[in-house]
Amino acid sequence: MSFIVKFINNFADSFSEKFYQNLISENRWQLVIKGLLITLEVTFFAVLLGIAIGFVIAIIRSTYDTTLKPGILLRILNGISKVYLTVVRGTPVIIQLLIVYFVIFASVDVNKVVAAVIAFGINSGAYVAEIVRSGIMSVDKGQLEAGRSLGLNYFQTMTTIILPQALKNILPALGNEFIVLLKETSVSGYIALMDLTKAADTIRSRTYEAFFPLLTAAFVYLILVMILSAGVTRLERWLRKSDRR
Amino acid sequence: MIVVKNLHKTFDNEIEVLKGVDQHIKPGEKVVIVGPSGSGKSTFLRCLNLLEQPTQGEIWFDGQLINAKNVDIDKIRARMGMVFQHFNLFSHKTVLQNITLAPIKLKLLSPEEANNNALQLLRRVGLEDKADAYPSQISGGQKQRIAIVRSLAMNPKVMLFDEPTSALDPEMVGEVLDVMKELADSGMTMAVVTHEMGFAREIATRVLFMDDGKILEEAPPKEFFSNPKNPRLKEFLSKII
Ligand SMILES: Nc1ncnc2c1ncn2[C@@H]1O[C@H](COP(=O)(O)OP(=O)(O)OP(=O)(O)O)[C@@H](O)[C@H]1O
Ligand SMILES: [Mg+2]
Repeated sequence: MSFIVKFINNFADSFSEKFYQNLISENRWQLVIKGLLITLEVTFFAVLLGIAIGFVIAIIRSTYDTTLKPGILLRILNGISKVYLTVVRGTPVIIQLLIVYFVIFASVDVNKVVAAVIAFGINSGAYVAEIVRSGIMSVDKGQLEAGRSLGLNYFQTMTTIILPQALKNILPALGNEFIVLLKETSVSGYIALMDLTKAADTIRSRTYEAFFPLLTAAFVYLILVMILSAGVTRLERWLRKSDRR
Repeated sequence: MIVVKNLHKTFDNEIEVLKGVDQHIKPGEKVVIVGPSGSGKSTFLRCLNLLEQPTQGEIWFDGQLINAKNVDIDKIRARMGMVFQHFNLFSHKTVLQNITLAPIKLKLLSPEEANNNALQLLRRVGLEDKADAYPSQISGGQKQRIAIVRSLAMNPKVMLFDEPTSALDPEMVGEVLDVMKELADSGMTMAVVTHEMGFAREIATRVLFMDDGKILEEAPPKEFFSNPKNPRLKEFLSKII
């Protein structure tokens, strides 16, 4: 018991001092804000890239699955997609990030944010592809048949009839992918990108104080995730309502 | 208009569903196809516009062999309407958009022409007030009437119906059959799979009995119903009437 009391006393005594030391002095809070902006920037553009890749892969895969005698081009594209999915889902994201930055862009002087966006975008694309594929499969088969029977080709039916309905079904899942990716970008420090996590860790190494900087970062992540989750929940509710329209 | 020669269809599971069907549907004919469940009626109809790919045989439409290589099947399907048991209206589009989507997308009509045409068709089936409704807001009977109109908007030369009233509540069957009768009277070539024997008697020029992947009997409705010859047809008719 006395250990806990002592801890709390010590804690309260040094709280304001440590707060000042870790966040106010030398404008360290600015480091946190900058890190936060980089985290958001990387996440946002990586999600966009991931959605673009994911849609293309999903369309290739479901076209292949529903075509009776797929042509050579479709077979090649499907093969590439499969390799992509296997490799991306079969290796850690940190390795992918390091490879993009130190191997693929080894001889080019690339902006670290761009490298991170590409790495996380490619990574996210594999997961988005599965989300989109399940979205496409969730649309009744009759919709495709109706479109085709009217004389629309596969691509026209896909883009005007299937995908809009699939997208609506998967919006919440895409929102969750954004949340997952937000947390995943915290390994950006491996390529020395000053994201939120790296900023907090930098402060730690300067002040020799782990508690404040790390909990601040954790708190900011948590707030972001909670806001985004609330957004996804509202989106789900709104979509359910519009279904009953 | 449609000539079918020695049509066979085997699905992936190696079950032969169509075992050699020969048919000639002439312009203006209304062919009604009846038969027990699982006999291959839907598969036959879906082979006509190649929603199912025949394993063997020939399908001719308007003098063209359509299950050959290098045929633009989309162009063919644009001239063949199909109405499904479960309507298959596009649920994210309004009634009007459902009808105008294909003609606009395929550049057959300008958006304005398509809208006018759609409204005219809606008036014909008494649903012009539903133009801006979504499919989830209308009844099954209304959905099916819209689905018919959606096909008609493509100005098809033939209309295929696969059990258009089977998914409907009984009180809504009549309104859909009325639209189909009107369509038949207007001279449309039709192939209809249905269990509505009254409809078959009234509008069919020819009734086909399909069983186990073959057409076992075909005759004008009067003869078909009053003087069936095939024992399987006799049994079938005795069960449903
Ligand atoms: N895509 C498919 N793959 C495998 N088997 C199929 C497929 N579609 C239909 N079949 C089988 O083919 C047979 C005939 O089916 P079809 O739907 O043509 O019958 P139907 O006469 O229309 O029956 P119903 O009156 O029940 O609609 C059935 O045994 C069915 O299980
Ligand atoms: Mg059927």
